[in-house]
Amino acid sequence: MASAPAQISRPDGWALLRRNRAAMISLYVLGLLALAAIVGPMLMPDALKTTSDAQFLPPRSAGHVLGTDLNGQDLFYRLLSGARVSLGIGVAGAFLSLVIGTLYGMVSGYAGGRVDAFMMRATEVLQSVPRILFIMILIAALDDRVKDGLDAARLWAQEAGWAAIEGFFRDAIPYSRILVMILSLGIVEWLTMARIVRGQVLVLREMTFVTAARAMGQSPWGVLKKHLLPNLSTIILTYLTLTIPAVILDESFLSFLGLGIEDPAASWGSLLKDGAQVINPLDSKWWLLLFPALCMSISLLALNFLGDGLRDAFDPKSAE
Amino acid sequence: MLPFLLRRAFSSILVMFCVVSLAFVLIRSIKGGPFEREKTPAHIVAAMEAKYQLDGSLWQQYLAYLGRLAHLDLGPSAKYRDWQVSEILAQKLPNSISIGSVAFLLASTLGVLIGSFAAMHKDQAADRAAMLGALMAISLPSFITGPALIAIFALWLGWLPVGGWGTAQQMILPAICLSGPYIAYIARLMRNSLLDVLKSDFLRTARAKGLGETSAVARHAAKIAILPVITYLGPLAAHLLTGSMIIESVFNISGAGSVFVNSIQNRDVFLLGGAVIVLCALLVLFNLIVDLLYTVLDKRIRLHG
Repeated sequence: MASAPAQISRPDGWALLRRNRAAMISLYVLGLLALAAIVGPMLMPDALKTTSDAQFLPPRSAGHVLGTDLNGQDLFYRLLSGARVSLGIGVAGAFLSLVIGTLYGMVSGYAGGRVDAFMMRATEVLQSVPRILFIMILIAALDDRVKDGLDAARLWAQEAGWAAIEGFFRDAIPYSRILVMILSLGIVEWLTMARIVRGQVLVLREMTFVTAARAMGQSPWGVLKKHLLPNLSTIILTYLTLTIPAVILDESFLSFLGLGIEDPAASWGSLLKDGAQVINPLDSKWWLLLFPALCMSISLLALNFLGDGLRDAFDPKSAE
Repeated sequence: MLPFLLRRAFSSILVMFCVVSLAFVLIRSIKGGPFEREKTPAHIVAAMEAKYQLDGSLWQQYLAYLGRLAHLDLGPSAKYRDWQVSEILAQKLPNSISIGSVAFLLASTLGVLIGSFAAMHKDQAADRAAMLGALMAISLPSFITGPALIAIFALWLGWLPVGGWGTAQQMILPAICLSGPYIAYIARLMRNSLLDVLKSDFLRTARAKGLGETSAVARHAAKIAILPVITYLGPLAAHLLTGSMIIESVFNISGAGSVFVNSIQNRDVFLLGGAVIVLCALLVLFNLIVDLLYTVLDKRIRLHG
C-alpha cells in the first residue's frame, strides 16, 4: 500500500502509523510485555523464585500457575525473568548495532567515492559469510575475559572496602554471559543498518541545506551531527525496531544450541532448549515447550508488525 | 567476460584470506588451549602444543597454519587423536549440506511461486492471507516449529518419524522447519519486486498485444522480477547452512552443528578453524556461481565489479 511514487509532501509518518491497526496493537502488546517483565518478578514472593523439590508440576497446580520445570522452579517466574534477558539483550544488542551501523553508514555515504566503495564492499563480504559462526567464536573468546574483568572489579571493590559494590560484582559473575551476548551480537549485527543509513545519506548530502551548511564552513562531522542525523532519526528508529527481533532470534538460536545463556540466568531460548530436551512420547511435559514458544513468537510477531508498520510509514520506497 | 571472471575469482580468494585470518585471530584469542586441564603438568601441555604446532608466537603459528592450508591440509584434531580434521568434516558435513540443499530448493521455488501469486492478486484476500502467513512464518524460528511439528506429527498423530535423516519420510519435517521462514522471506521479496515490474511500460505493451496476465508475467515480468531473489541466494545459502545446526539438534541428526558446538567446548582449535574455513569456502564458491548466474540473467549489468 505504501509504494506510491515519492511525493513532494508525504503525509505525516506518525499519523500513518497510528492508522495501522496491527502495528498499534503490537505496540501495546510489547508495552505490556515489557512492563510485566520489569515489574512482574518484583511482585512475586521470593519463595517462588528458588529451586524446589516440586519437579515437573503441570500447569494450574497449587501455587504454580504455569507449572514447574526440571529444577522445580516456577515456570511463570522463569518466563518473566527470561523476558527480561531476551528483550534486554534484543534492545541493548540492537542499540549497540545501531551505533556502529549508523556511524559506519554515515561515514561511508558522506565520504563517497573510493572510501564508500571500499566500505560497502566490506559489508558485502561480511554479509556473505555465515555471521553466526563468528558470533559463536566471539562469545567463547569474550566469555572468560568478561568474567575475569568482573572478578577484577570485585577484588578492587573488596580492597576499597565497598561491600555493596563487591556484592554486586559477585552476584553479576554468574550472569556475565548476558553482557557477552549483548557485545558479540551488537558487534556483528549492524550490516543492514549501515547499508540503509548510507543510502539515505547519499540522498541527503545532495540537498541544498547540506550544501548551504558546507558553504558556511561547517566541518564534515558538524554536518553529519547537526544536519544529517536529525533527518535520519525515523529511519534509524525503523531499522532499530527490525533489528531487535533479529538479535533476539540470534540469541535464542545460540542459547538453544547451548552456547548462549546458561543457568542460573534464563532466556526464552534457553527455556525452549530445556523444554525440547524433555519431550518424549510417553509423558509429555508440553508446558515447558508451549509457554516459552508462545512468549517468543508473540513478541517476535509484534516486533515485526511494528517494524513493518514503521517502515511503511517512514520508508515507503524500500519495502524489503 | 573473462576479466570479470578473473576479478571475481581474485576477490573470492581475498575474502577467503580474510576469513582465515579472522577465524585464526578469534579462535586463538579464546582462553585455554585444547590440552590445558587442571591435572595435566605444564611440561606435558608444552610438549603437546609443540607437537601440534601451537607453540611459539602467534605470528609464527599463523604462518605455519597458512602454510598448511596452502597445501589443503586442515591439520589434525586436537581432541579426537588420530583423526584428521578433513576426515571428521567429510563424515559430518554431507548431512548438513543435504539438509541445506533440500531446504534451498524448497525455499527458492515455493517462495518465488507464492510471491508471484500474491503479486498477481494484489490486495485481494489471497494476497493478504499469503503476506500475513509470511510474516508469521518469518517470526517463527525453527527451534519453535521443530519441536512443535514433532509433537504434532510424530508423537501425537504418529505419521512421521521423530528424527533422523535419510529416508523421504525423515526428510519432510526437517525440510519444512528449515525452509519455512525463508519461503516466506523470498515470497515477500518476489511479491514486491514483481509489483514494481508489473507497473512498467513494456508490460503494458505485452498486455496490449493481447497476452494474458499469467503468460505476460511468466514470459516477461518474472525474468526481471526474480533478480532481487537471485541476489538473496548467497545469504540464503549461508542462513540455511548455519540454520541446519538447529535442525540437526532438534531432529537428532549428526552433522556440522555438533562439530561446532563440541569443538568450541573442547577448545579443539584446528577442528573449529577447519569447519569455519570449509563452510565459508563453500559459500564463497556458491556466491561466485550466483554472481555468474546474475550476469547471465541480467544483460544490463556492466561487467566490472
